[in-house]
Amino acid sequence: MTRPRLLFAGLAALVAALFLASLLTGPAGVGPGESLAALFGGGDDLLGLVMRELRLPRAILGLLVGAALGMAGAVLQGFLRNPLAEPGLIGTSASAALGAVLAIQTGLSAAFPLGLPLAALAGAGLSVLLVLALAGPRGGTLALILAGIAISALAGAATSLVLNLSPNPFAINEIVFWMMGSLADRSMLHVWIAAPFMMLGFALLWPLRRGLEALTLGEDAAASSGVNLGRLRLMLVAGIAALIGGATAVAGTVGFVGLVVPHVLRRAVGASPARLVPASALGGAATVLAADIAVRLIAPGRDLKLGVLTALVGAPFFLHLILKTRREGL
Amino acid sequence: MLELRSLSLDRGGQAVLDGIDLRIGAGEFVGLLGPNGAGKTTLLRAALGLLSARGHSSLAALSVRERARAAAYMPQGRQIAWPMPVEALVALGRIAHPHSAGAADRAAIERAIAALHLEPLRHRRATELSGGEQARTLIARALAQETPLLIADEPIAGLDPGAQIEVMRLFRRLSDQGHAVLASLHDLGLAARHCTRLVMLDRGRIVADGAPDAVLTAENLARVFGITAHLAQGPGGILFQPLDTIEGESR
Repeated sequence: MTRPRLLFAGLAALVAALFLASLLTGPAGVGPGESLAALFGGGDDLLGLVMRELRLPRAILGLLVGAALGMAGAVLQGFLRNPLAEPGLIGTSASAALGAVLAIQTGLSAAFPLGLPLAALAGAGLSVLLVLALAGPRGGTLALILAGIAISALAGAATSLVLNLSPNPFAINEIVFWMMGSLADRSMLHVWIAAPFMMLGFALLWPLRRGLEALTLGEDAAASSGVNLGRLRLMLVAGIAALIGGATAVAGTVGFVGLVVPHVLRRAVGASPARLVPASALGGAATVLAADIAVRLIAPGRDLKLGVLTALVGAPFFLHLILKTRREGL
Repeated sequence: MLELRSLSLDRGGQAVLDGIDLRIGAGEFVGLLGPNGAGKTTLLRAALGLLSARGHSSLAALSVRERARAAAYMPQGRQIAWPMPVEALVALGRIAHPHSAGAADRAAIERAIAALHLEPLRHRRATELSGGEQARTLIARALAQETPLLIADEPIAGLDPGAQIEVMRLFRRLSDQGHAVLASLHDLGLAARHCTRLVMLDRGRIVADGAPDAVLTAENLARVFGITAHLAQGPGGILFQPLDTIEGESR
């Protein structure tokens, strides 16, 4: 097997193992064989319910959210030619969070179970339209980054305003906890809400790999070697919004996965932006599944938030990356 | 290969390109000359359709995919974003041919690597190479695209003298084989010696166009570049040596 194939096989095996481990991790204290038997409807009713309604959706969401964050990070870094790029960069995460916060604040999420995820998706979609309007159909990388910063700042300020003016302390509590990012207590309903958007996102971003590879030499070189940059930019922004909107809707904000995973895997794929896309999707899935197992093992019963753990591990890594980038003058 | 008719482009109310008419046919190696800011890069980018301009360009009229099979472009900025191996960067030229067979791709990549003598560097990370080595890698990338027309923006800037001559010879060989090459150049001596034709650009207009000895005249050099030079007929064509700047010239 060639080196990239070996890498992909290894990552896929790791994801499969962590998916299984996620299914078998929990406070119920049941043996693995019994759990798996219950999952497929062979065992006792309560355990079957726990497996099918709690653990399975949690593991599936870990897989999907992780793959979405990792892939979105790899695609954005390839497009912006910047190893510090992050899915939140174009403002999608912050806008999705704002949508969700508004849903909680207005009581929409309490009145209607789909309210919160749909509002997050609407926020992500709106931010994409804004980015396109601000950066323009032929806008360069710099315009896209600046538009993203502006939208992130605006969404962040609006979120703070909502919290600031909120008369309801319970709503604030709920908002703060949701914004920390978690996969606990999710149901199959959440899977059905998020999965179609994420599938759409994967489908939109998958064909962009050749274009990202060509962009290594800059926009002019890519355009003159047959890459339709306008179309690429459009598919990229729509795909990222679908992935991040879907992921934020069901898991809150889980940061740094899209930053750390592509960086760790870059050398293993020979720095190729095209091969980094599937590698980061697998790596992201493995990372989120592992982190979600870790929060359950580190503090069982205390509900340590997934987003808090990824930020605690990810932020120092980000600092290390900045220092390294400065040293290498990359 | 390339036809431009009254190509014009304004930026901030000022004409950057002003009624450019240019036809380049097979077998020509055209050197595009002109002082800094004359509009050379703008002309090349507008000709490719990377900048929108008024007038007609035969390349800009093509679809993105057709254009990539008609002309390869080496931009002036030597951007290499990721530490990819030289071989992988050269292979990027083949993106223009999504339906070609793997064997044809490999052969084109090998030819390009051999033409630029990149064999010893092929597994090195391109970001760790010297500027000249990077330039050779990027020329090889454009070559691997195997298009009838090659457009290069200052391809020999930053190369050592030997490598400069090699690249100029390579381009001349391409044009002798029936390709066409359009390259912006600052080394007038090398341009005079190797190009089949020179086009001199000044403030967005073509001020001279023709055989090297017809374009590189004392009068044109004074008017466009503000320099005096020693010009002589040598064994391999015209010999050019810049001597001094002309002071007080209202350019």
